[in-house]
Amino acid sequence: MKLTRLALALGVAGLFASTADVPSAQAKYDAFTVPSLVYRTGAYAPNGIPVANGFLDYFNMLNERDGGIEGIKVNVLECETAYNTKQAVECYENTKNEGQSGALAINPRSTGATYALIPKTTEDKIPLLTLGYGRTSAANGKVFPYIFNPPGTYWSQATVFIKYIAQQEGGMENLKGKKIALVYHNSAYGKEPIKTLETLAAKHGFELMLLPVDHPGQEQKATWLQVRRGKPDWLLMWGWGVMNQVAIKEAAAIRFPMDKFIGVWWSGSENDVAPSGPAAKGYLAGTMHAPGSNFGALEEIRKHLYAKGKGAGEESRIGEVLYNRGLLEAVLTAEAIRNAIKIHGTTDIRGEHVRDGFEAIKLDDAAFKRLDLEGFMPPIEITCENHEGNGKIAVQQWDPDTGKWTVVSDWIEPMRDLVNELVSEDSAAFAAENNITPRQCN
Amino acid sequence: MEFLHALLIQPFADMVMEPAFFIETLVKGLMAGVLYSLVALGFVLIFKASGVFNFAQGVMALFAALTLTGLMELLEPSGMPKALIVILAIAATIVVMILLALIIERLVLRPLVNQELIILFMATLGLSYVLEGAGDLLWGSDVKVLDIGLPTDVWDINGVFIEQLDVTAAIAAGSLVAVLAVFFTKTRIGRALRAVADDHQAALSVGISLQQIWVIVWSVAGIVALVAGIMWGSKSGVQFSLSLIALKALPVLILGGFTSIPGAIIGGLIIGVGEKIVEVFWYSVHGGAVENWFAFMLALVFLMFRPQGLFGDKIIERV
Repeated sequence: MKLTRLALALGVAGLFASTADVPSAQAKYDAFTVPSLVYRTGAYAPNGIPVANGFLDYFNMLNERDGGIEGIKVNVLECETAYNTKQAVECYENTKNEGQSGALAINPRSTGATYALIPKTTEDKIPLLTLGYGRTSAANGKVFPYIFNPPGTYWSQATVFIKYIAQQEGGMENLKGKKIALVYHNSAYGKEPIKTLETLAAKHGFELMLLPVDHPGQEQKATWLQVRRGKPDWLLMWGWGVMNQVAIKEAAAIRFPMDKFIGVWWSGSENDVAPSGPAAKGYLAGTMHAPGSNFGALEEIRKHLYAKGKGAGEESRIGEVLYNRGLLEAVLTAEAIRNAIKIHGTTDIRGEHVRDGFEAIKLDDAAFKRLDLEGFMPPIEITCENHEGNGKIAVQQWDPDTGKWTVVSDWIEPMRDLVNELVSEDSAAFAAENNITPRQCN
Repeated sequence: MEFLHALLIQPFADMVMEPAFFIETLVKGLMAGVLYSLVALGFVLIFKASGVFNFAQGVMALFAALTLTGLMELLEPSGMPKALIVILAIAATIVVMILLALIIERLVLRPLVNQELIILFMATLGLSYVLEGAGDLLWGSDVKVLDIGLPTDVWDINGVFIEQLDVTAAIAAGSLVAVLAVFFTKTRIGRALRAVADDHQAALSVGISLQQIWVIVWSVAGIVALVAGIMWGSKSGVQFSLSLIALKALPVLILGGFTSIPGAIIGGLIIGVGEKIVEVFWYSVHGGAVENWFAFMLALVFLMFRPQGLFGDKIIERV
């Protein structure tokens, strides 16, 4: 009899235990959990810090000004990765179940970490936001339901650069016979645009010269001797960290015209050009958003955080390229959470609900105005099928005299047909390799 | 057949057909080699005096450069002339590096006297993390522009581009080696250092203070690290990846020998020239990005024939 009672008691206790971590329909979270995988230490810290600060400041501003999202504060859980894939995976595992909501979205901030996390976040149903980096073919939401890479992929960016070069050369037909060199970080990230550029080279008749640079890129003399020897008409760069600074300096040393040297948007921050001083004048880089701090949302951050001594970094660095990029990550994540609450009619949301929120992101000019970010970037619209969001890309130019980047091109539409074809091809191969049946999007 | 042509004939034909470019590649290789030697020199000094492979040498270069830029930033608002700021900041950084040597000797090396060398090596591994963290805490993680007025222009000599900064680095390295050579051979402390390097026990028995010698050696290695940090930091800005330049010194040490200062210089030059020539003239064979692994491969080939390196001491231990 005693044994029966004990078993009953244990059974009841077990029932309570098993349901304790499932939020009831009536419960309201104390906070939403949004992990932030940061690298404030290590070789890539100079770039990691402003991104992490922009992200943290935006959510803290929402907490201070609005009491969070729909009255629930956002708990940004920073975890240090030192830009190391293994540590990033560990951070993900340590934070994914934190808080009542669990992780609502993950920002890995590294292409290597993205590749490692794609299967994990898909299985755990947590959206992975890879803002302008990561696996390009994840743009196909049917095959990668939890991976988002707005507002543009590396492939889109490569086509935009070729379009920009064609504009400067007087038309696509004038690309024939030109030589374009790609100086790239010898890693999965750096190699991303090669396929697209090779396809474009075959189509438009320009010669493509590939020049890999090994990590970390502190010494690149041989690469720049190749540039001297090959005499390319235009230079593209897919670099990161110290590789960017050394490359810009080496380009100046061989007197390569800076206005014919275009870096990917991860090679176009203030950090990258500062060590070269006046020699970097005219250097070009891709961008997904406007530079500078002349936006209402940034004013709000100053007012609600920095004026009260609660800012994440130095106030003078608000509006730097990488700060604004971290801010954009936060804006999209916050918007996805808002959408998820709207779509599901409850604040008791989990990662899978936020996925739906991401797929409902439609930021037009009116939406950017509502967010105090008028003119920050062209409209984007993420859907179930299209996780890239059809953003446009511009080219910005560095002026060391003013210490500012200026957008010098229109917002250029990538060559969608070509990119979509490559995305379909690559994602289909991934689906076949991993036995994934693409989902239906209605 | 095409591959064999690209491997065995084309590169040499290119060298003959493009003599100016070949000379430029050679010069740039030599200049890069000098920079590798500067880092390797610090390793050699400490290894010579204590048999310890100082894993923290790269981080010491970073720490020195961070301290220099940090001090220059602090002095800038004073309104002093730039040259004076640079001189004061360099002098203060040298003092910091000497203090660091004192602290390392007192807290890391002294408690580990008579321990296995591998334990001392592990201690320097820990030291590298401590120094990196200390640099971060003291001076922050931002990329810092290091401008001490070194020339950054380029000489165009009949189409051969030579960077003035590289030439400056070569002069600095040459002067440093000359000063070290005089220091080691002509001064009393230098002779004591050599005695310690030859035989610790014998040196101790004639009254040479091992602790004092270690402080001196680590101080000199710290100053060499400062010079290396200035040269590398002037090129890329001072940032945490600067500590990775130590990786470039390893093949240089294998090649030149861990105990030879001329070996560090010659080894650096061979590695610098070798990797540039192979990267540039054999590009069609390998497709680029061989600079890192080629240096190690060259060092491995040397290891097979001269395990002690070009100028290293041949150690024979009898059973």
